[in-house]
Amino acid sequence: MSELLNFHFDVDGSDFTSAGQASIQIKKSLRRLGISPEIIRRVSIAMYEGEINMVIHASGGVADVNVTEEAITIILADKGPGIKDIEKAMMEGYSTAPDNIRSLGFGAGMGLPNMKRYTDYMDIKSEVGIGTTITMKVML
Amino acid sequence: MTVNELSKLDNFTAVNISDGERKINGVYCGDLLSWVMGRAEADDAWITIMSNVNIIAVASLSDVSCIILSENVEIDDETAKIALQKQINILKTSLTTYEASVFLSKVI
Repeated sequence: MSELLNFHFDVDGSDFTSAGQASIQIKKSLRRLGISPEIIRRVSIAMYEGEINMVIHASGGVADVNVTEEAITIILADKGPGIKDIEKAMMEGYSTAPDNIRSLGFGAGMGLPNMKRYTDYMDIKSEVGIGTTITMKVML
Repeated sequence: MTVNELSKLDNFTAVNISDGERKINGVYCGDLLSWVMGRAEADDAWITIMSNVNIIAVASLSDVSCIILSENVEIDDETAKIALQKQINILKTSLTTYEASVFLSKVI
């Protein structure tokens, strides 16, 4: 499995309005690689949801994207509070986001479900008080 | 119908048009951003009353053909600037979300 490209981003946790910079950058880079629009849409939405989660819950984190000929892998890691009940968090409509986030149109409890919906593989490793690492893969 | 064509109709005004020849193939209505990203399809016109800056990223990532702000909702200068930078088409309409959807279902 030969690696074509790696991208690394620091996701700034202090600025909610600029969240999405990494996802938009990835979208542009994948477009340059000639990847199909539907795959790009799935990857960039899944990544944006992850970015938003890191900003809302974890004061930011890091995002790594690897592109090979077989798949695009997104790894999002933060040192936030961790997810207490992953099964519950995966349910559409379940959210622990604060009201100020909801007033911006987020916090509908669709973030993690969307990440799963748009990727072929998703794994969540989370420890309360330590942080969360989410790995997602979209097959090419 | 293209975004340019829609922007010239009564009740619709261009706020930012970067790619006016973009085709509108469907419509999605919603104000919860993750819901929009989960359900809207590429080339939909997205009708919303949400006007904060995050709508630009959502429109870009969802690949919708344009944002339509219903009930003449205004965006601030910062959001307008980012829409221009990210080349996101934005229109506004005096119609409600319901009225705009009914109208679009007849014309697209």
